[in-house]
Amino acid sequence: MIELRGISKVYRQGGREVSALQDVSLRVDPGEVFGVLGQSGAGKSTLIRCVNLLERPTQGRVRVNGKELLSLSPEELRLARQGIGMIFQHFNLFSSQTVAANVAYPLEVAGLPREQIRARVAELLALVGLSDKADTYPARLSGGQKQRVGIARALAPRPRILLSDEATSSLDPETTRSVLALLRDLNRQLGLTILLITHQMEVVKAICDTVAVLEQGRLVEQGKVVELLSRPGSHLHGLCYPPFTTGESAVLRGGQRVELSLSGEHSTRPILSTLARRFDVDAHLLEGSLERVGEARVGRLLFELTGAPDAVSQALAFLREQGLTSEEAAHAW
Amino acid sequence: MPGELTHSLWVVTLETLYMTSVATVLVVLAGLPLGVLLVLTDRGGLWERPGLHRVLGTFVNVGRSVPFIILMVAIVPLTRLLVGTTIGTTAAIVPLVVAAIPFMGRVVEQGLREVDSGLVEAAIAMGSTHRRVIVRVLLPEALPSLVRGTALVVISLLGYSAMAGAVGGGGLGDLAVKYGYMRFRTDVMLGCLAVLLALVQLVQWLGDGVASRFDHTSPHSRRAHD
Ligand SMILES: Nc1ncnc2c1ncn2[C@@H]1O[C@H](COP(=O)(O)OP(=O)(O)OP(=O)(O)O)[C@@H](O)[C@H]1O
Ligand SMILES: [Mg+2]
Repeated sequence: MIELRGISKVYRQGGREVSALQDVSLRVDPGEVFGVLGQSGAGKSTLIRCVNLLERPTQGRVRVNGKELLSLSPEELRLARQGIGMIFQHFNLFSSQTVAANVAYPLEVAGLPREQIRARVAELLALVGLSDKADTYPARLSGGQKQRVGIARALAPRPRILLSDEATSSLDPETTRSVLALLRDLNRQLGLTILLITHQMEVVKAICDTVAVLEQGRLVEQGKVVELLSRPGSHLHGLCYPPFTTGESAVLRGGQRVELSLSGEHSTRPILSTLARRFDVDAHLLEGSLERVGEARVGRLLFELTGAPDAVSQALAFLREQGLTSEEAAHAW
Repeated sequence: MPGELTHSLWVVTLETLYMTSVATVLVVLAGLPLGVLLVLTDRGGLWERPGLHRVLGTFVNVGRSVPFIILMVAIVPLTRLLVGTTIGTTAAIVPLVVAAIPFMGRVVEQGLREVDSGLVEAAIAMGSTHRRVIVRVLLPEALPSLVRGTALVVISLLGYSAMAGAVGGGGLGDLAVKYGYMRFRTDVMLGCLAVLLALVQLVQWLGDGVASRFDHTSPHSRRAHD
């Protein structure tokens, strides 16, 4: 659906050259929610702007909806862009036009007759729950409402692809959740392919199927979110799970410190009670989390095992056999 | 003030209104495309043409730096070519227009530059033609500041027209100089001043009113209808 091959982008500023992207390749499949995660200045905006050629890459190929965008004429590119919706961090709504006129804009661009535009605008405003705001000007809307208008406007000409440039970054957590839920619904109901960039791990965990991690203009990792999160040692795992705040020395009872990484089937099994029953050890919880990501559960747990030395080492061997302990913890042992 | 002079004051006021309003229409018609071109042709603009941009910029700067009184004399041949004479209200319109076009161009340029570049980007991302970006996004978004700027231009046209009047163009300036100054008629002088002041106030008030009518950027504006 979207394919970037070997994208590089060099900005020339005065005499200086800033290399914003270096040899970035990625592929977004139809119907997928693909997230690009990166810190400020990593090149995220540059990357997503290369997809509809708001920014022309210095090198590389951009293939969207089966078209090689860099080889299109200006007129062909204009038409191709009508099939790629985009939403923005600061919404970029036209302040001089009502909500309805904003949503109607891309339909006018597409040359639809007035009657059809009116019907489609009403349909879209209902879809994003803003039917009562049709004649309001954007300045009078809340951030969340503005982004909903942005989404309605982007989806008006029925694009199959939606690009999202930090669409939730200026919203509060509650509004962020509702906008993400809306995007998730649109993805499921319309089969909309979404490429989003964000610096928020929450966004990746909430709606992305696939993620790519961007660091200083380079992609350092790409894969399914659940897989990467369940793999200690992955970049995503490292970003999502910083070291436990309970330090190494915080073993209080003279027992064995154990770190578990939970995912897939492990996340649903009664591990701690199994240990207690089979090996006659006690697990004292120190720290941990377990959460839902897509259809799966992932998380990690830090606890201290106490009991007879033999029992403890048998319990640890069992955990390693099950592939539960992370490498670091096994090391510590 | 005797009735005859009151009548003259009325006549010259109409002359001033005639000069200023015709000039305003022409200045807006020429200044709008000039300002749009200044923005489009600039570096990073939708239609980058550095050479053309420099030419236009130079034209505007030269036009704005020549004092009106000198400009008026300097373009006498042009005035004669266009109007057939250099005396009277119609002839005065030529230097008024020439003097105010560069000003208007800058006003329009300024207004368009204030438009959030994110809006232009959104419009481009939706597949807009450049023409549509200008007509449907840039100009409507800049409208309040274009209206305020135009009021400013009209006010300076009123001032210029008084100056043009003083050297044979008719209007309030003419009367003020001929009677108020040369014949020491303080009442006439004050009458002319009062009318000018009233006109300036009126234009300013209209400009502000219309501009805020079109301004929907404030969440608390009472005028935004919903
Ligand atoms: N138009 C430009 N001219 C010059 N340098 C630029 C331009 N746009 C971006 N850059 C540089 O490219 C790098 C990547 O910028 P980019 O905006 O893509 O980062 P980002 O990941 O989106 O950051 P943020 O999260 O802060 O938005 C930065 O070093 C930035 O300074
Ligand atoms: Mg950015």
